[in-house]
Parts: sequence; structure tokens; C-alpha cells
Amino acid sequence: MKGSLIILSFFVLGLIFGLTRFLPESLLESDFSIYALYLLMFLVGIGIGTDRSSWKVIREINIKIVLVPISVIVGSLLGVSAFSALLSDISIGEAMAVGAGFGYYSLSSVMITEFHSDTLGVIALLSNIIREILTLLVTPLFVKYFGKLAGIASGGATAMDTTLPIIVRYSGKEYAIIAVFSGIVLTILVPVIVPLILEFL
Amino acid sequence: MLTDIIIVLAIMILGIGIGLIIGNKPKIIKIIGALTSFSIFLLLFILGIGVGTNDKIINNLHSIGIQALVLTIGAVLGSLICAYFTYNLFFKKK
Repeated sequence: MKGSLIILSFFVLGLIFGLTRFLPESLLESDFSIYALYLLMFLVGIGIGTDRSSWKVIREINIKIVLVPISVIVGSLLGVSAFSALLSDISIGEAMAVGAGFGYYSLSSVMITEFHSDTLGVIALLSNIIREILTLLVTPLFVKYFGKLAGIASGGATAMDTTLPIIVRYSGKEYAIIAVFSGIVLTILVPVIVPLILEFL
Repeated sequence: MLTDIIIVLAIMILGIGIGLIIGNKPKIIKIIGALTSFSIFLLLFILGIGVGTNDKIINNLHSIGIQALVLTIGAVLGSLICAYFTYNLFFKKK
């Protein structure tokens, strides 16, 4: 929650700079964001590689648990596809790219901005932040009506960190490892699935 | 665009390889974490500038917010329904 506020404030700061044309024209024109994305992807990769505990969790997991991130992927993509019918400006492919952020708003919005458009990037940023906030606020009800995997499913990629405490609180300690596993798998898959959807749909 | 995507994924895989070699060095991991946050802040700041200077987005901010909300509800509801079946079929203790 605190993380999303900080990230939003940087976005808003940039927004104010842009609105007021506070920056020199040359800086606004130059497009170095792709290099910043390269740097980010490199760092995200190192982060995944050095995270021994994640690899250990993945190795010790039984086959049944793999069904959890698969449910999140299938459910998210089908859900956004169905709901995109309500939105005349959004194609199914664009909706799926937003949905494939699985709550990982920073990376998904940046990739969608770079590979598609600023507009869809903003939609992805807002949508995936809302997903995290919704999970933090409504998990108790989700668990009550959709079972103990509900918080993990709603949290998506955030189930491994920001929404983990609330998930454990309402689904129980025995679901912590499933939440972390599902979160890790989805986090790793976001930078793979989002560009693939944008390229082929 | 496909080449860009391949470059991005190749860079990430390179990072994973280097990360595996580095292994468990708390100091380095801390620095990597700080740099990661920094580049995310930078990219979101740049996105903010792009949005602020883009009149098409600014004039449609209201509808963009609604679109984001509708897509979120779709994604969460879809996930919850799938998780419901997965839970009842495979996880619930009988």
C-alpha cells in the first residue's frame, strides 16, 4: 500500500511536470525510456536469480499447487476478455494485456507503455493498483464466498509480498506458502505474457 | 516490436543468470533492490510526463479511470471464480 502510494506520487509528479511543460523541450522529445526499461528488466532478472528462497519454494512444491497460478491466469484473462465487451475503446487483446499485469502494476504499465501506447499504459497502471487495493480491502469477503484461495487469486502477483499478510490472516498460515508460490510464478510470467499478448493479439 | 520484446526478455534472462551466480549476498541484493525501485520510479515519472503532455489522455482521464475499474473487476471476478472451482475440487478437505 505504501509502495503503491510512492509509485503513484512519482507518476503524479511526472504528470504535473508534463502538464505545466516544466521541462525543456529536448528532454520531452528524447525517448530514453526504453533504456530505462532495459535496466529495469536486468535488475528484475538479478532479483529473481538471487532470491534463493523463491527457488527453494518452487522446488519443494507439489503438482497441485501449480493449479493456483494457472487459475489466476485463466480467470484473469477470461474475466477481462468478457468485461472488455462493455468497453467500446478496448479490444480483447488490449484488455488481456492489462489483465496479464496480475497486480504487478509497475512492470506491466511500463511494458505496455513502451510496446503499445501511453493510454493503455495508464489504464494498466490504474487497473493493477486497484487490484492490489481491492485485495487488501475485500479479501475477507472474497474468502467467505469463494473459498480459501480467493485472496491469493485476487492478489495475483502481489500475493507474495504486499497482500500476503491479509491472505494469511483470512485463509490461514497453511496458505502462506501457496500464496508465495503463486505470487512468484505470476511475477516471473508478467514480463513474458504481457509482451506476447501485445504482439499476437 | 518483436525484436524489442526479445531484447527485453533476453536481458531479463541474462539478469537471472547473473543473479544465480551472485547468489546470496545480502549487500548486493540490497543495492539491486534500491536500483530496481529507482528505475521503476524513473519509468513511472517518465510515463507521467508522457501522459501530462498528451492532451488526448488528459481530456479522457475520466473514461480511462472507468475502463481501468471495469477491467479490474473482470480480472478479479474471473480469478475468484476459477479459484473457487480449484479450491473445491482440489484443496478443500472433505
